[in-house]
Amino acid sequence: MVSSLPAPPAVSLRGIHKSFNDTPALVDLDVEAPDGRITVLLGPNGAGKTTAIRIVTGAMSPEQGTVRTLGLDPDVDGEDVRHACGVVSAKPALYDRLSGTDNLRYAAELHGVDKHIIDGRIRAAAGRFGIEHALHSQVGGYSTGMKTRLALARSVLHEPRLLLFDEPTSGLDPESAQAVLQLIRDMTSDGRTVVMCTHHLVEAEGLADHVVVLDNGTDLVSGRPGDLIKTFWPDDSVEIAVDGNPPLDDLTVLDGVLRVEPSKRGSRVVLEHPGVTPDVVEALVRAGHRIRMVDPHDPTLEELYFAVRRSARDLGEQTTQEVMS
Amino acid sequence: MSGSGMNWSRTFTVARTDVKQLVLAKDFWMPMGILGSIFFVIVPLVLLFSITSLGNVDAVQNIANTLEVLPQKAQDQILGDTPQGRTSYALAVFLFAPMAVVVPLTISTAVGAATLVGERERGTGEFLAHSPAGTKEIYLGKLIASLLPGYFTTMVGFTAYSLIVNLIVGPEVGGWFFPTTQWWLLMVWVLPGFLLIGLSLVLRLSGRVKSTAAAQQASGLITLPLIAISYAQASGAIYGTPTTTIVIGAIAWTIGLTSTWRGMGAVKRQRLLGVADGV
Repeated sequence: MVSSLPAPPAVSLRGIHKSFNDTPALVDLDVEAPDGRITVLLGPNGAGKTTAIRIVTGAMSPEQGTVRTLGLDPDVDGEDVRHACGVVSAKPALYDRLSGTDNLRYAAELHGVDKHIIDGRIRAAAGRFGIEHALHSQVGGYSTGMKTRLALARSVLHEPRLLLFDEPTSGLDPESAQAVLQLIRDMTSDGRTVVMCTHHLVEAEGLADHVVVLDNGTDLVSGRPGDLIKTFWPDDSVEIAVDGNPPLDDLTVLDGVLRVEPSKRGSRVVLEHPGVTPDVVEALVRAGHRIRMVDPHDPTLEELYFAVRRSARDLGEQTTQEVMS
Repeated sequence: MSGSGMNWSRTFTVARTDVKQLVLAKDFWMPMGILGSIFFVIVPLVLLFSITSLGNVDAVQNIANTLEVLPQKAQDQILGDTPQGRTSYALAVFLFAPMAVVVPLTISTAVGAATLVGERERGTGEFLAHSPAGTKEIYLGKLIASLLPGYFTTMVGFTAYSLIVNLIVGPEVGGWFFPTTQWWLLMVWVLPGFLLIGLSLVLRLSGRVKSTAAAQQASGLITLPLIAISYAQASGAIYGTPTTTIVIGAIAWTIGLTSTWRGMGAVKRQRLLGVADGV
């Protein structure tokens, strides 16, 4: 019988509180990372992303809250949790004096990979990340990109179920960053779960199956990017600019046009669905307008991020005002 | 589920990897080799060669006379018929004993002081903190890796010293005689015990301080008195009977093992990450 129950999340953080020297780092943080998906923790520096990753593996314990990683409590089954995780931290955390091979071997042995298959695993991982030519060189002489690739190779050597990447493209040039993101994308093809932290919105775009926006140690929103975008922009819209920028309020008489709002570049026409756009354009042409721009609004993760933060800030101000009054 | 018991394979992996890094660090083993050479080769070579070559002059006679201050049991052990023979024998067997403790303690504490705080400073502590290796396994691996370079240098130096002593002093006292039973006991029984005491204390410091520089300074405060104690005990071990030496070693091992056991708490994942309170 096939169960219809959804798979439990690979990572579940509930009501997490953590502070350092009385400075709160995480405040009532809730994060869920669905199994077999890429979850991106999105937030500015200091939002608590790295601390969250550390709590997931049990490298750090929260003061309050519940942590479940692959169904286990890292405080109780830390060894099993860490064995099932592959981590790439913001700094690659490699041993500069050792060769690439020695760095990989060290990780493989700590993770208990069978000695007979270690060499094969090292070759396969290095080949996958394009660093096989540099394996015998000292890591101290690697470029930042090569170090990141080595750290990625190290994270998959023991075939973990959960991959945790903390700012994996930090310090990389755009080309290398793209290559690394592609590698991360490829890594989920065999059903692994990835949790990645970044403050680069462009990186999350197209990569994330699930997004958690963090700020000041707490989660602001979370969910699938498409669903979140629908929450903030429930209607489709198109931005239109015509010569002279006259008001286009007459468009509201058209079927499928909900309303017209002024925008920076002209007018934003809110539609019932994107299929109405050709009717709008035709109506404008008939009315004698010379159209300069028709830009269907396709909200990006970047817009979502700023909308979420703006909304959180407004809510905070509102709450503060309520408390003050 | 795996248990929380010790995984010795991981402990030795940590130790082996640390030792490998030390071997690859020329800036570390060059001074270490020089230190060992000075204490075990150059100083004894110059001193013993001078005494045996000077002949029966006043200076040697005076030193020979001072041998009377040694305990009777020690005096009874001295071989040789001539003043230079007896003097060089006494110097080789009794005077240089404490250096066998000073050299490894100096080297091992220098390594140990940097070992845990170094992981944090280089950022590799993050890798260890996320690894399945237990904190006790990391601690013991680091302890072994700190102990081996000092002990290895000492054993190599000791071999060279034995050769020098036998080649220079041997002909004066009727043949090769070194190492004596007391020296064997000192090297394989007493010395590791003292190393354990020193390293267990230094590693605790290394796990707690903020920088390698602070660890080096603080470890100096621990190792200087420890070297003084070890110096005295090493002398006692050499002057006394084998039983005394065995007892001194047993006491050192007991203190060392207790201190090691208590020191295991020095490694905490949060400290490896450098975010523990006070770090």
